[in-house]
Formats: sequence, C-alpha cells, structure tokens
Amino acid sequence: MVVYFYASLLIRDGVVTVNEKENIQENHDRFPWKLVIGFVLSIVLTLLTLWVAFRSGFQDKMVLSLMLLLAFLQAGMQLVLFMHVREGEGTVQVSNMVHAFFTAIIIVAGSVWVMSFGMHNH
Amino acid sequence: MKLDEFFVTGEPLIYGAYVSIAVATLGIIFVLTYFKKWKWLWTEWIPTVDHKKIGIMYIIASLLMLFRGGIDGMLMRTQLALPELKVLSSSHYNEIFTTHGTIMILFMAMPFLIGLMNIVVPLQIGARDVAFPFLNAISFWSFFMGAMLFNISFVIGGSPDAGWTAYMPLAGNELSPGPGQNYYLLGLQLSGIGTLATGINFLVTILRMRAPGMTLMKMPIFTWSTLITSIIIVFAFPVLTVALALMTFDRLFGSHFFTLANGGMPMMWANLFWIWGHPEVYIVILPAFGIFSEIICTFARKTLFGYKAMVFSMIAIAGLSFIVWVHHFFTMGAGAGVNSFFSITTMAISVPTGVKIFNWLLTLYKGRIKMTVAMMWSLAFIPNFVIGGITGVMLAMASADYQYHNTYFLVAHFHYVLVAGTVFACFAGLYYWYPKAFGHMLNERLGKISFWLFMIGFNVCFFPLYFVGLMGMARRMYTYSPGLGWTGINIVATIGAFGMGLGFIVLVYSIYYSARYGKRDVTGDPWDGRTFEWMIPSPPPHYNFAKIPQVSRLDEYWYLKKEKGFKEAREVKEEELKPIHMPNKSHVPAIMSVFFFIAGFGLVWEWYWMAIPGLIGVLACMVIRSFDYNDGFYLSIEEVKEAHKVGEGN
Amino acid sequence: MAESTHIHDKNVPLEYSKAEDRMTILGFWVFLGAEVVLFSTLFATYLVLHSRPADGPTSAELFKPEIVLIMTFLLLTSSFTGSMAIHYLRAQNMKKMIVWLLLTMLLGLGFLGCEIYEFHEYIALEGVSIKTSAFLSGFFVLVGTHGLHVTLGIGWLTLILIQLKKRGFTPRTARKVFVIGLYWHFLDIVWLFIFTLVYLSGMVL
Repeated sequence: MVVYFYASLLIRDGVVTVNEKENIQENHDRFPWKLVIGFVLSIVLTLLTLWVAFRSGFQDKMVLSLMLLLAFLQAGMQLVLFMHVREGEGTVQVSNMVHAFFTAIIIVAGSVWVMSFGMHNH
Repeated sequence: MKLDEFFVTGEPLIYGAYVSIAVATLGIIFVLTYFKKWKWLWTEWIPTVDHKKIGIMYIIASLLMLFRGGIDGMLMRTQLALPELKVLSSSHYNEIFTTHGTIMILFMAMPFLIGLMNIVVPLQIGARDVAFPFLNAISFWSFFMGAMLFNISFVIGGSPDAGWTAYMPLAGNELSPGPGQNYYLLGLQLSGIGTLATGINFLVTILRMRAPGMTLMKMPIFTWSTLITSIIIVFAFPVLTVALALMTFDRLFGSHFFTLANGGMPMMWANLFWIWGHPEVYIVILPAFGIFSEIICTFARKTLFGYKAMVFSMIAIAGLSFIVWVHHFFTMGAGAGVNSFFSITTMAISVPTGVKIFNWLLTLYKGRIKMTVAMMWSLAFIPNFVIGGITGVMLAMASADYQYHNTYFLVAHFHYVLVAGTVFACFAGLYYWYPKAFGHMLNERLGKISFWLFMIGFNVCFFPLYFVGLMGMARRMYTYSPGLGWTGINIVATIGAFGMGLGFIVLVYSIYYSARYGKRDVTGDPWDGRTFEWMIPSPPPHYNFAKIPQVSRLDEYWYLKKEKGFKEAREVKEEELKPIHMPNKSHVPAIMSVFFFIAGFGLVWEWYWMAIPGLIGVLACMVIRSFDYNDGFYLSIEEVKEAHKVGEGN
Repeated sequence: MAESTHIHDKNVPLEYSKAEDRMTILGFWVFLGAEVVLFSTLFATYLVLHSRPADGPTSAELFKPEIVLIMTFLLLTSSFTGSMAIHYLRAQNMKKMIVWLLLTMLLGLGFLGCEIYEFHEYIALEGVSIKTSAFLSGFFVLVGTHGLHVTLGIGWLTLILIQLKKRGFTPRTARKVFVIGLYWHFLDIVWLFIFTLVYLSGMVL
C-alpha cells in the first residue's frame, strides 16, 4: 500500500491535471441524478448496517466485520461521488486518502492489540 | 495563590536565570533602540511570509534553544561527575532532564531542520516561495510561542519533571500537581500545530511548484527527503495532538484516559505517545540524510551513487516507521506476540538505512574530496551514526532489551543517532547554506576547531556511557553510590560534555567573527554546487528567481555550468523577464500566535478567564484572514531588472 | 508564489481555474488525511477503553437507538444537500446554491441540537460525565470532538455565506464553497464510523 502510494506519485506528477474527460461543466445543466443515487445508496447501506446489527443473528465477529465493510463502502461512495476525490490532483488525493485510512487501521488495530494484554476472556 | 507559587523561588540557579533573562531582555531592547531597528523588526521580520526569512528565524531560535538544552545537559553531567554530588537536588535534576529532552528534540532539532527546509527547498525546486506563505508564517510563530510557553515554566510556576516522555501516572495530577506538566502539554500542542501546517505546506509545495521539467526523479535529494518527511509529519502529528489533549483533559477536567482510577489505562499514554514518537525520530533524521547527501555529492564532486535506491530507501524507512513503535516499551508487558512482531519490524528498518550508508560510501569512492567544515561534519556522521544504528539493532531484540532498557546503554544509543545524525547535519547544513542565506561564509578555521572539539567531546562523553549502562547504571538517576565501578566512566563522560560545550562556544563565536570579518560570497555559488539554490545571488532577491529555470535532468545546474560555462549558465536575458507575483506580508500570524500563547498560559494555570478570551482572539484572527481578499502584489519588469542588476553584481 | 496559470476553459469548474485555488484544494485534502489520523487515534482510545466502565454504565446500558438514528439521518441528508449545493455552484446558479447550503446548515443545526439533547440526557439525567469512567471519557471526547467540528463548520459556513453575498462567484469564493463541502462530507464519513463502532457496536456487541 505504501509502495503504491509513492509509486503513484512517480507516475503522475507535477503537471496540472483537471479531468477534462469528465466534461464537468456540461452535466450541471441537468438534474444531478448521480447525487440522488448516492444519497439513496447511503440510506440503503445504513439500513443494511442496522439490519446486520439488530436483526441478522450473526455471530459477533461477523456482525463487526460486516458493519465495518458497509461503513468503508459508504465512505468510499461519499469520497468518489460527493467529494470528487478523483478530480484535480486525483491520483495524489486518492493515494493520500488510502494512506490515511491505512494508517488509521494500523493505529486502531495496533492499539487494540498492544493494549489487549491480560484481557483474554473475550 | 501565593507569589512564590507563581514565581519559582529558593534555587540559586533559578535566581541566576531571572537575572540573565532580565539582562538579556534589557540588552535586546537597548540594542534595538540604539540601532533604531524597531521599525525594521516590525515591518520586515514580524509580518514576513518570505520562506528565507522564516527559515532564518527558525534557525536563530534553534541555536538559542541549543544553548539552553546544552546547559541542561552540562548541568546533568556535572551532577553525575562524581557519586553523591549535591549540585542538583533530585527534583531539580528531574526538571532538567525533562527540559533537556523536550527542548533538544522539539525546540532545537525540529526547528533547525525545518528552518533549513524553509530556506533551501523552494530554491532547489526553482520556486518563488512555498505553496502557502501565510500558513508558513503561522507555523513559525506557533512554534516560537509554544517554545516560549514551555521555556517560561522555568521561572514561572516550575518546569515539568516527568521526563520528555511524560509517562502516566507520574505525569498525572496526583503525582505531578501544579502547572509544570501543563506547560509541557500546552507548549507542545501549540508547536505541534505549526509543525503539522509545515508538513502540509511542503507536501503541496513540492508536488505542485517544481520548475518545469523537474519530475520527481530529477529533484535534488534534500527536496526528496523533505517531501517524505512532510508525509510522515502529516500522518504522525495528529496522534500527538490527540494524546496531549487527552492528558490535558485528565489533568484539567478530571477525565480517566490514563489515570489509575476509574478504568483508565496509563499504558495507553505510552502507546499513543510512541505511535507519534517513533515517526518523530524519523522526521528528524530523514532531512539529516538529505543534507548529508547534498554535501557529500558537492564536496566529492560526484553525482549521488544510487539516487533511486536513496529515494526508495527513504520511502521504505518512512513506511516502516509507523509499525515499530512498541520497541520503546518492550518491557511494559504487552506480551510475547506483540514484542516479537515489533522486534522484527524494528530490525527490518535498519536495512534501508544500511543501504544509504553504503551509497554514501560509494559516492565518496573515487571522488575528489574537498575538506570543508560541512564535509567534515558529514564524514564524521557516517561512522558515528553507524555505531548508534548498530546498538539500535541490539536494542531491537526484545528479550535482550529487558537488559538494556532505560539504562545508559539506551541513552548512549539515542545520543549517537540523534547527535551524530541530526545535530551533525544541522551544523553541516548551517556551514553549507550559511553563505546562501547571509551572503558571507562562516570562517572555516574556527569551524574546524569547533568541529574537532565537539566531535571528540561527543565521543568521549557518550561512548563510555554504553559500558556504564551495561554495568547497570539506569537513566534519569540524579546520583549514584560510590563503589559500583561507575565513577571513572562518569568523570570521563563529564569531561567529554564540557568539550562539546567548548565546541558550541567556538561555533557561536565563529558566527559573530564571520559577521564582521567573514569572506563575502560574491558569486552566490561558493562551493561549485549542483542544485538551483547556487544559481542565484547570495542572499537571494526576495523573489528568488528572475526567471524560473527549465529542467531536463538531475543536477541540471551542474551540467549547465559544464556545458555553457559559469557565467552563461546563470545568465538571465532581459527579454526573459516577466512581472512577478508576490504574496503580501501580514501581522496576523504573529498576533494569532500571541493569542494562542495567552490561551495556553491561561490553560496552564487553569485561569479560564484568560484562556477563553485567548481562544476567541485566535478565532477572530482566523475570521479576519477569511475576509482578507488581498491577493498579493506584482513586481514590474523594471523592478525585477533593478533588483537583478544589484544582485548579480559580478 | 506560483504564477497564476488561469484556466479559461468553461469545462473546468471555477474553483479549479486558478493555480492558487487548485493548491488550496489539494492542501485541504492533505489536511483531511491528517484529520483521518486524528479521529482514528480517538477511535483507538475509545475502543481500548470501551470495556472499562468502572462504576458507571456500560455502552449497552447507556445508548438508545432512536436519537442516534435521527442524528444519522440528519447528517446523512445534510451531506446530500451539501453535494447539491456544489452541483449548483458548478452550474453557477447562486440562488439555488444558497438554498441548498442553508438546508445543509439547518440539518447540521438539527444534528447538533439532538447531540446536545443526548449529552444532556446522560449528564443531567443519568448523572454521568467524563469523570465517571474511562469508557465515558473516551465516548464524550470522541463524539464531542466530532460535534465540535460540526459546530466550527457551521460557523465557517456562515462566514462563507456572508462573503458570497458580498462578492458573488469568483474563483476564490467558489473554492471556499468547495472546500467547506469537502469538510462537511468528511464529517459525515466520521459520523458513519461513530455510528458503527460506537453506537451500534456498543448496543449489540
């Protein structure tokens, strides 16, 4: 992951890149159905998370894993659809976010693991 | 509250400090008034957003902090020279080792390196300033006010005394009551804000403001090290921000993050501190590696051996630096599984570092070495740092670390890597880039004297400490009993420390001496350099480049000189001049930092009547900035022509 | 200082048309990366301390699903309305953009109102606070930091609305709207994880 981030820096660097292919200005004369879809998707993912938590009857580990997966999916959707993460210096921005989440996982999982001494009953 | 709880009393050394602070303050006021420099300060330095001036201010502050941290170190060594001395009481000793560590790492090493990055990086990439000059000023003033807040604890309220690592529960309210520890928390918090902003600033600057044609793999190696350091800063400093805030909450608001009572976990402080702390030491060593790479290439007159490997090794070091942190507390009881994992990652991180050592050696091989002071510091770095590095691998072995942890073996290890790594680099960088910043050279003869005094003194001080550590002498002990066999080594170490002190005095003298009699740098390229900072006059005009250079290869300037000759390589034709856009100065960063200081001071004493207005002041400054739509100003072609003629006076 | 390479192509959004603003947007993304790490540290602390309620209530005993769901839907919707505002920014429709921005602010205020109500329930009615236990210290500081960020965001949005009224659409005002949009979506993403790892996990696991 780390290598990918830095490699991506090397692949596209320095030059001003705006996503000309996306023809951004043109789309803004019509109603933004993409955003509505995104909104509906967020609601669906949230409701799904609620179902997994309260109604699914899965085991604890499975519930946690599924909920986290759904959260990451929704976060990814927001980043791409709402926050336009791929525009402008898209490669750098995406790599930056990937790296940030990667670091976040290290900090959370690492801390929980390091601090779990003596707590072997769960 | 009684007056003697506010002002520290009862210690002759502290009274001495009051006197020297008063004298120094009066002295500064007198000098400024006598030379009529108040207006100059208020219009040229306080509101500056110029990266070169900001860099100079960082370095001046670091040298002052090096003085204070050094005195702390010498006091400690004096107290430990012989068994059962009474130079310092135990509580006083605790305060001194706390301030020594905190100042040296956070208020000396960081600002020195950041100062060099500020002066040099925009020049190396052919830019006119950093991406966010206003933010850059905020970074400096936040650092400065944070450092002031930390330093004032010495005379007002008392210094923190729980070590620079501030472990809980020692650093909590029960065992460290009073304002001392709060100074640590708020001073570092304020400085940390500035550092995070620097990380963002340089990351964007290097990614987006390089000269045309300068792809990442054609950048100077010091710029690469700055880029990677900035990435580490962005991902590491927020952890410190949170950790400090949580301890502040424990001390000020009664929460239970790290307390012993009500479910708190003191070890979590150590965990969070070192998640930040380990990347932090790589933040202070990677720029050092960059500095050495530049200097070794210049004075061996060779291209860097294995440029790509040097880049990738720094990337690997940066990545690995986030997964080694538990090695700082192997003995705290995380268990065999955790310890084994972090042992392996810690040993792994020595590999890319080793690669760099070999590349430096291969760069030197068959080079035409020029023994300038900067080169001497760089050459001394190699063997000394390797000693520190090898002992690091020894410490990485978790089971062995139970023997070494928190003994003088550890103290010797980290001083070998930090001093031989970071401090040598600061001195090397100072000598190397001094002419660029100030227009005159630092005297080489005095430089060599200070080098030998400091370098030999350093080895005499710290090498024996490995052995007294293996004999069982623990760190942070204010005295020791006779008859343990430790005395001889401690005497020798103290002599070494005084050697370092002498070296520092000669360095400071050489700065004064060179200001008066130093050789002028008339060309701007006194070392026959390889990178763009040497292509422009010394000191550079405020807009840096009259014309942004075009790049087609690594070490472009070096090859331009070879192909076109010295004069033509640096020439800018009048037709190539364009109007130059420059940012406005602003007093807001300095004023905002003063408000931050007020807020911090209020929180230290839990005087919310002071803290809240201080924070409101900070917000007010941000609002003012938000409504400021002034976009800078343009220098016309005539103005550029004039400044250019004056600069290139050769 | 970068030479302003102004892009006059109408296919390029206004906020990306000047080099300075492009750099600011990139800088803000980097800042958001730092904020991810900041919140992850708070999450790590919360999760480590979660099982240590001392004499106070556990998460299962304390949290109630209704208000959490309301807050979640308020913030989620505000993220949608925010993205609509950006759409009208790019369509250069000032009136509609302001409407959607105000809607976003309203929903944000609603979220804050609910959160203040929730905290009030815990503090005044249940009698707990950050002083009660490690778990509660972790909870209040994590969720409180998020709430503080939302509060600052609303203040910031107010300032921008004033500037929009004064100056209309310029590259700089467009960039400011875009940046606060990023900030606002980011806060919704953080809330997603709070919803999942604090409230839902705390109630069922």
